[in-house]
Amino acid sequence: MSAVIQANNLNVEYRLNKVWVNAINEVSLTINPLEIHGLVGESGSGKTTLALSLMRYMAGNARIASGEILLDGDDLVRKTEVEMRKIWGRHLNLVPQDPLASLNPSYTIGDQIAEITQLHEGLSRAEAWKRAVEMLASVKIADPEAVARRYPHQLSGGMQQRVTIAMALSTQPRLLVLDEPTTALDVTTQAVILDLFRELIRDNHAAAIYVSHDLGTVAQLCDHVTVLYAGEVMESAPVDDLFAQPLHPYTAGLLASLPRPTQNVETRLYAIKGVAPSLTERPKGCVFAPRCPLATQKCFDEKPALENTGTGRTVKCHYWRDIAAGKLSVQAESQETTINAAPREGYVLNARDINKRFGERSILQRITGREGDYVHAVDNISIRIRERSTLGLVGESGSGKTTLARCIVALDAADSGEIELGGIQISNKLEERTKDTLKNLPMVFQNPNDTLNPYQTVGQALERPLRTLSGEPMSREQIRQRVAELLQAVRLTPEYSNRYPSELSGGEKQRIAIARAFAADPALVVADEPTSSLDVSVQAVILNLLKDLRAEKGASYLLISHDLDVVSYLADWIAVMYLGEIVEEGDTQDVYNAPSHPYTEALISAIPVPDPSQKQGHIRLEGEIPSARHIPSGCRFHTRCPRKIGKICEEQAPPWRDAGDGHSIRCHIPIDELIALQTTQPFNNPLSAQE
Amino acid sequence: MLQYIVRRILLLFVTMLLTSIIVFALTQFIPGDIARLLLGREASEQALENFRDQFGLNDPLPQQYINWLTGFVTGDWGTSFSSGNPAVRPLVLERLGNSLRLTLMTLIISIPLSIVLGIIAALRENTWVDSAISLISLSVVGLPEFVTGLVLINVFALQLGWFPATALVSSDHQLGDWLRILFLPAVTATLVLLGYVSRMTRAGVIDELKKPYVRTAVLKGLPRRQVIFKHVLRNALLPTITVIALSVGWLIGGLVVIENVFNYSGLGALLVESVKQKNIPLLQAVVMITIFFYALANLIADVLYAVLNPRIRLT
Repeated sequence: MSAVIQANNLNVEYRLNKVWVNAINEVSLTINPLEIHGLVGESGSGKTTLALSLMRYMAGNARIASGEILLDGDDLVRKTEVEMRKIWGRHLNLVPQDPLASLNPSYTIGDQIAEITQLHEGLSRAEAWKRAVEMLASVKIADPEAVARRYPHQLSGGMQQRVTIAMALSTQPRLLVLDEPTTALDVTTQAVILDLFRELIRDNHAAAIYVSHDLGTVAQLCDHVTVLYAGEVMESAPVDDLFAQPLHPYTAGLLASLPRPTQNVETRLYAIKGVAPSLTERPKGCVFAPRCPLATQKCFDEKPALENTGTGRTVKCHYWRDIAAGKLSVQAESQETTINAAPREGYVLNARDINKRFGERSILQRITGREGDYVHAVDNISIRIRERSTLGLVGESGSGKTTLARCIVALDAADSGEIELGGIQISNKLEERTKDTLKNLPMVFQNPNDTLNPYQTVGQALERPLRTLSGEPMSREQIRQRVAELLQAVRLTPEYSNRYPSELSGGEKQRIAIARAFAADPALVVADEPTSSLDVSVQAVILNLLKDLRAEKGASYLLISHDLDVVSYLADWIAVMYLGEIVEEGDTQDVYNAPSHPYTEALISAIPVPDPSQKQGHIRLEGEIPSARHIPSGCRFHTRCPRKIGKICEEQAPPWRDAGDGHSIRCHIPIDELIALQTTQPFNNPLSAQE
Repeated sequence: MLQYIVRRILLLFVTMLLTSIIVFALTQFIPGDIARLLLGREASEQALENFRDQFGLNDPLPQQYINWLTGFVTGDWGTSFSSGNPAVRPLVLERLGNSLRLTLMTLIISIPLSIVLGIIAALRENTWVDSAISLISLSVVGLPEFVTGLVLINVFALQLGWFPATALVSSDHQLGDWLRILFLPAVTATLVLLGYVSRMTRAGVIDELKKPYVRTAVLKGLPRRQVIFKHVLRNALLPTITVIALSVGWLIGGLVVIENVFNYSGLGALLVESVKQKNIPLLQAVVMITIFFYALANLIADVLYAVLNPRIRLT
């Protein structure tokens, strides 16, 4: 079996400040036919640069300094761009990360797919169009003729990604480069797209490079995995071996930093200390040594070689033999427990019957007396949060979870409903809220890059809530003291107060955002996807921190995430939202186990488990979440429900069913039947597997 | 799409109605007694009264406005205060025709030139070619039109004798005559527009080149020409369309300096004359016509924008 693509000693350089710096260092890899090869690493590890370099697509300021890239034995490095045009789109195809931005907004889907076969196979426009429609059908798009005539912005994210897949496969390429193709998608859509990749790569006899920071999807999709750090290969191994026994401390650290539902909640997540080196300051010895818990002086002085272990794996560590023999372990070095404080009895937040609609009636609709085009984002939702506890809110995008959170902090004013904070009713409107309420209800946002003022130092950002929201006036010295304490609380040194956001990493910025939220001793912190823009190792730091602060400060959280594993790590109580309604709520363990609402069941089933020996659940949702403009009748979930029982689901709103201990499910199927359905079928729930 | 166009046309009428109110109101603020101003200090009280009666200046203002507006809509644009050419409409229409000719000539020269320069500058971003194009186009924008106009006259009319120094219009002009007399004024106007349009094109192309869909197009294996002309320009030129539409208004009614330098009888020159003479019916008509074409150009630009941009056409 000869390799589809083989890179030998590849070096890629970037031109930064008029100097060429090394971004990809001596990388060699081989990808065989039918293989899906994972490239993993954190941001800045060079994984996307490497993947695109293998296609010989270079950014304007990048060059291949040395090495060769053999596509079926033919060296791409020697080819000119004009020669590459015969290979791009024909043998080497890309499925990009952001499908909407990667499609031309001004041409129809059909035109954009047809363009490839017109170019490479000389098909006529009509023939190419016909082929495009076939390709759309092959990626399981219903009504491909109609979709071909649409424009990219008229399709949902999942559909757009299918279009780019159809485009990439339309010439039967030798190699597909999948660059984080599911990062922008919901977990339910991601599961469907991953299934599609598996099937299509096999059917097309292609090979693929799958670039991802998500170890779960890598475990579920790839055959072989290469771990990159600072542009170097740390370890490369078949997927089962890598996840069963990582031989490099970096790989082990990445895997240990993942929150998993099976984890004992008392255990801290492992956090890789420090940050990745910048391109200009590559360490002399092992690039990972400054962050490695096992590093010795030898590691700092001497660069380890990429060694072949003799079992089809390569690893770049002086001590891999000790790690393989179990003499050294990353986990054993730093196992700590968190202070896990139990929730108190009282409720910090009690929100009743919250409603929020967007949109208005147009003049025409007013005159004719018709209903307006409302988007009913939050429909009569009630939630309660105990003191010193965390409510996790989960659901696909479009479920209304962020709108609910914004109503609670009054960034959006709820149309109706009552909100009590600490037993006192507070206004739904921001301008009517007292300072005391504002102080008690801060919010942490998803993207720390956008939430810190770039022209304010960290100190200024933290001083502001202290000055404006704390009860008594504080002296300059007191404020300085408090800022230092806050930085200490988020595990940063006081020197950070003079830095600007541009000098901080993403994780540090999010820590500042959290420190700011805690500045005025809040009662409830609302956190909207606080870790979703961060790398897993940084996510571990933030999750540990949130857990510590909960115990230390006695704060409560409303945590919103699309990642059920993140939610279950922190939350005591989970509420699952679908199209503006809560469909299930209960204790975290109860929600994870049968009986579950069919929607929750599907969400759990779609989680890519970061363990190749545990296959993903098999339940897939048809289609995507309907628009909140046209909410389905009866049970809102009936259009996609795999467990739909009949007409009743379409006609009647389902009742709340009590599953004990406050665990309730809104479904027409009685609890016993749900248990029977969900336990008899082979269902790989990671928790139930343990029980 | 049809609904969109209809809505935009309705909006055009609303704009014109509002404009008419503003134009009418503003002309009421001209200081002094119009009759006295025009007839002179020696005019008798009776003569003044006759004048006011003749032009309806004694009616209540709303009445005057409605009379004026209905007249304007039905084609009666009033009689000029000045004695020489009493009917406003034929005069304004004749000047409008001249202005439209100059506008068309300017657009024919300036649009291709500035777009091509903008594209070249964008594709050679941060090289000496880009710097040269930026430097030249921006420095001519900075020069006042009477300077560029006079230099052009000096070189091409007086020294080389290729074109006439003045753009005198005559009723028996053929197409060739028009091209000859319009060339220098149009080039002068082009030099003013060149900077704006080419910079806008350059910025648009640079923005689009950074977008991921360009990478998609390159990785399809498309030749560079096709990547640029088919994929990039279609999106990059959208903001340029708006800039060009805005400049059309200026070309029709605002070329006061250029028309003066070349002695060309366009609307801009007429506007200045009517102000100087306090010739209110004439002033109102010129302003209304200028604004109408300005709004029309914007309407066309919006429709074109929607045709080219499915994100607006199909939401």
